[in-house]
Amino acid sequence: MNYSVLKNNQRVPVNSIPVIRYEDFMDTIVSTLMKDKNNHCVNYFGYHHESKIKLICCIADDANHCIYVLSSLVEQTAILPSFSAHNLSFEKYEREIHENFDIGYSDHPWLKPVRYPFHAADKSKTISNYPFYQIESEELHEVGVGPIHAGVIEPGHFRFICNGEQILHLEIQLGYQHRGIEQLFLEKKKLLQRTTLAENITGDTVVGHTGTFAKLWESLCGYTATPELEFARTLALEHERIAIHTGDLSAICTDIAYQLGSSVFGRLRTPVINYFQIWGGNRLSKGLIRPGKTNFPFTKELAKKWIEVFDAYEPDFTEMVKQMFDLPSALARLEKTGVVLTGVAESIGMVGMAARASGVNRDVRLSHPDNLYKQLNHKPIVKHHGDVYSRTQIRKEEIFQSIGYIKQLLTDIPENMKYTNELNTPEPDSFVISLTEGWRGEICHCAITGNKGELIVYKIKDPSFHNWLALALAVRNNEISDFPICNKSFNLSYCGHDL
Amino acid sequence: MLNNLKIMYHQGKQYIPDVTTVEVPGIFRGRPIISDVRINTEELIQLCPTNAINREPISIDLGKCTFCGECAFAFPEKIRFTKDYKLSTNERNRLIVVEGQDKPIDLNPDLIRKEIHKLFGGSLKLRQVSAAGDNSCEWELNAAGNVNFDMGRFGIEFVASPRHADGIVITGPVSENMAEPLQICYDATPDPKLIILAGTDAISGGIFDGAPALNRSFLNKYKIDLYVAGNPVHPLSFINGILQLIRKIK
Repeated sequence: MNYSVLKNNQRVPVNSIPVIRYEDFMDTIVSTLMKDKNNHCVNYFGYHHESKIKLICCIADDANHCIYVLSSLVEQTAILPSFSAHNLSFEKYEREIHENFDIGYSDHPWLKPVRYPFHAADKSKTISNYPFYQIESEELHEVGVGPIHAGVIEPGHFRFICNGEQILHLEIQLGYQHRGIEQLFLEKKKLLQRTTLAENITGDTVVGHTGTFAKLWESLCGYTATPELEFARTLALEHERIAIHTGDLSAICTDIAYQLGSSVFGRLRTPVINYFQIWGGNRLSKGLIRPGKTNFPFTKELAKKWIEVFDAYEPDFTEMVKQMFDLPSALARLEKTGVVLTGVAESIGMVGMAARASGVNRDVRLSHPDNLYKQLNHKPIVKHHGDVYSRTQIRKEEIFQSIGYIKQLLTDIPENMKYTNELNTPEPDSFVISLTEGWRGEICHCAITGNKGELIVYKIKDPSFHNWLALALAVRNNEISDFPICNKSFNLSYCGHDL
Repeated sequence: MLNNLKIMYHQGKQYIPDVTTVEVPGIFRGRPIISDVRINTEELIQLCPTNAINREPISIDLGKCTFCGECAFAFPEKIRFTKDYKLSTNERNRLIVVEGQDKPIDLNPDLIRKEIHKLFGGSLKLRQVSAAGDNSCEWELNAAGNVNFDMGRFGIEFVASPRHADGIVITGPVSENMAEPLQICYDATPDPKLIILAGTDAISGGIFDGAPALNRSFLNKYKIDLYVAGNPVHPLSFINGILQLIRKIK
């Protein structure tokens, strides 16, 4: 066999992952594994290994609930045939490998910089002198937006090429948020420091990323999370989904100038995130998730409080969504705007809520369930039009679904169990991959340890990594005035991408 | 129309009547109090992920603190986080909480520039710059303007262009890739102007302190008018800090 078969969060010796010639590596991935519609690439990265670059590729098989992992050793000066020429979903992984290690690709469609990292192989290129793609024409004009945007949001540059009011092409250049977080995971040695880093990968997905890190770390240390930890993490992940989706509905209303929806959804988010403060002392749930332990055990009183919060939330929320989804002037702005068709979504490897809005049934809670998702018997909500309306609908329906899940969980609260556990040190020479379905989509962390159990690779992939390209494609042939609503309907992370 | 009125009726009054005295729900971790109890100091200092705790006397620097609360769980008789959300000051040293003292964090009136009250007392327009912020402080700054916290009632607002702004609010530890855009934005803001640092990452770099991908030289060049501690900043910390800065001290 050319590859190892792993389960989500499973630890294996790094030496057990087959190392094969690049030609076979490429052939296995592109011509065999990726031909199956149930498979998609969840991570593909390189690292320095004995003066060469070791490439590790992880392909998730959603039907068989496993992950195929294989690797190849290549020279630093290598010029390789690209996967991207055959399968577009690898385009950004290969750009990243090129940017970090200077490996060349003979037939990659566009080796555009990913994020201008501080450790880039070519330091002569800086983000301020990036040459944007141009089309020479008297009839076209360019619109540059960013890096600093009009609202209170993160930085990134959008360059539009427009034909009148219509967008012909959008190029997105990111990297402004780069903090070198993957490198810091290796340098900061204390577990609490690493947990804090995980909380800061993107501050809007604290439960998603910290939960992924916690699972991965526990697996490295040979620890299995207790039922009460799994309970709390499942509950927190679904609660985070409700909180952010509610905020997104508010922001979508703001962008179509629907004041009532904007205010009502905005204020409905407040008690939801305040609940995180009631539970763990922080509105964005920082401090709540810890590997091997929790400082904030979930109690019957907290359950009662949750029910109170949602008894107040649900009628107001239901009333507001009904009004919004019955309002022709709102629907006119959402329907058929920013469309990503199923075929396109599959070809670029879209993930998460945005992929499900485009008819791609991809959800880690179903395909690679951990925590309590098996017993919840999760059924992903899938829409088929791929427009802003579908992405809005998905949020609405996922909120109701998550409320249902939490209510179901609250019928059986683990009690009087152990909340603090001693973790061993990480096992040496190991590899772990951990997948979580955050509110935005599939989060993937990979770690490799050295012969003393020290971290030598920490690789993070936020769902935004793939989905930024979806936004660029979605706005083509749309009016430029519809860009904000398209952007908001994806609500992608800048810092999660830039790391 | 009727449905809209019904929705508005069901919402009732959502704003917080007095943002300076309201109590926050739950177990919010705000300004800590450090008691005089003797504990294993070395263990306490080693615990902190961002080296915010110092010895002789034992103190916590809220400009570095991530408010994770681990020190209070390990030494509950020594450190206790209160629900006091007033975590803003214009003097960096005032963010350092010392053992045996329980006094609120506030601004040093002597350091507030004379023109600030006169020019910005009734209206303050701010340009926000996220310089590698993790989007948590950005969320909370947005929340400060929502119908609950409603800082717009004090004339405080975020605006789209630095040309319309009276100052900039920086979040995040300032990455190398954002150093130049931050400078350009500051230069584009007309004088006189304020600089406000919101959140631990902006004030000290937080967990990213010393990372090679950062470039914090901008912050050494100018006087900072307001530090708002928090990870992320609570909307009430932000609003109270600004009110103290721009309103006349009674």
